[in-house]
Amino acid sequence: MTATPDTGSRPIIDVRGVWKRFGTAEVLKGIDLAIRKSEVTCIIGPSGSGKSTLLRCIAFLEEYSEGEIYIEGELLGFSLENGKRRRVSDAEVARVRRNVGFVFQQFNLWPHMTALENVAMPLKLARGIAREDAEKRARRMLEKVGLGHRAEAYPSQLSGGQQQRVGIARALAMEPHIMLFDEPTSALDPELVGEVLQVMRDLAAEGMTMAVVTHEMGFAAQVADTVVFIDHGVIAASGSPQQVFRKDENPRLRQFLQNYFERNVFWQGAEDGAAP
Amino acid sequence: MFDVNLIIKSLPMLLQASVWTVIYSLSSVAIGFCIGTLVCAAGLSSSRLGRGFSAFYVSFFRGVPLLVQLLISYYCLPLIGVNVPSSVAAVGTLALCTGAYLAEILRGGFLGIPPGLIEAARMVGLSRAKILTRIEVPLAVRLTLPSLVNETTMMVKASSLISVVGVLELTRLAQNIATSTFQPLEIYLTAGAIYFVINGAITLVGGFAESRFRLEKAR
Repeated sequence: MTATPDTGSRPIIDVRGVWKRFGTAEVLKGIDLAIRKSEVTCIIGPSGSGKSTLLRCIAFLEEYSEGEIYIEGELLGFSLENGKRRRVSDAEVARVRRNVGFVFQQFNLWPHMTALENVAMPLKLARGIAREDAEKRARRMLEKVGLGHRAEAYPSQLSGGQQQRVGIARALAMEPHIMLFDEPTSALDPELVGEVLQVMRDLAAEGMTMAVVTHEMGFAAQVADTVVFIDHGVIAASGSPQQVFRKDENPRLRQFLQNYFERNVFWQGAEDGAAP
Repeated sequence: MFDVNLIIKSLPMLLQASVWTVIYSLSSVAIGFCIGTLVCAAGLSSSRLGRGFSAFYVSFFRGVPLLVQLLISYYCLPLIGVNVPSSVAAVGTLALCTGAYLAEILRGGFLGIPPGLIEAARMVGLSRAKILTRIEVPLAVRLTLPSLVNETTMMVKASSLISVVGVLELTRLAQNIATSTFQPLEIYLTAGAIYFVINGAITLVGGFAESRFRLEKAR
């Protein structure tokens, strides 16, 4: 499989006019975003811009206040009756997002289970897969993220980078059609970031559809098909990495990137592996 | 005169009765744990009715003396046509009461679980019930283990109260022997020592469980 976006087909994720309010605070103000099969979309922006909230709305970890989010053609979280929307049951939400995998900034591994159990338990309990098959698949997933030898370790015995890779394996084991990453490397020591990004690069190369909220501009420049810049709850710029990082004139984007470049020597790296 | 022979003579009987004490108190803690989990879950739910029920339940069983609760169930259940052996009624009452305390203990544990762990469970499609039994309860127990062990030892002692409704257990038997031999000192001292040993064993097991789970709990 190649990572060429399949622009002809229906988007896997279709976000239409989504607003999110917390009380009187408007965090998302009319977001439109389509993510197609095998596309990698990186969402960047200053902290507090709403980028994580958008990803959490796509996973329905937050209820969006207005608008529509479709996952593979199905409306997420609500039903529309005579133009009025009604919240559907948790079971129905779970059914619509069954093909969405989520990777958290804080890993969120269950501390009372080994790495293997973290990956195998959902297969058994949510998918009804027999114990042996579930554990076989879990082992395969742990090997895929380079942790086959740490299957029996508890999360507290693993480094942050290893924990995050188990988190990725746990999501992958459910055979998702799209993977959402919420700042997957932000809680990691700098020297552990690389191993997690490498796993994500491999996934992208296999053709996994991915949406990644990240501060890793190098990763975005090299791996993303689309970069989306969110500022104050709106998409202020979007396009190819080339377009967003080099050409777009939005002053807020330029300021954001300027701040980033001043702290990081990354431009060299981006030149080498710049996306087409 | 301190009569050691009487102690030696009645010890087998007392030990036999203490088996009932252990059975009654541990089974009421086990049943009470299930009750406490449900009451606690109701109290933390978004349902107003659930929260109201939970608050009422806890305040009733914490506010009324256990002895009075036992007397109520002993005298009132037959009046409303419920005829169960007094031992069953007694264990049921103990379980309802400890359930209220366990609900309060577990509440602290539930609130101590990082919300992200629940979100992770939702994202892999676990149902509400499975999240409760596989993620929340095991973690809440680990977070509150010392208090749970403490509550168990309290229940071993509280089980002595069921002697007043005619259930044979350690205290009841000690009373019987004491009144027939007119030597209460030796008998009650022995009974007290047996309670002490039972709770010592429970504390020991609890301590072992704590050290066993600490490794997995640390983050």
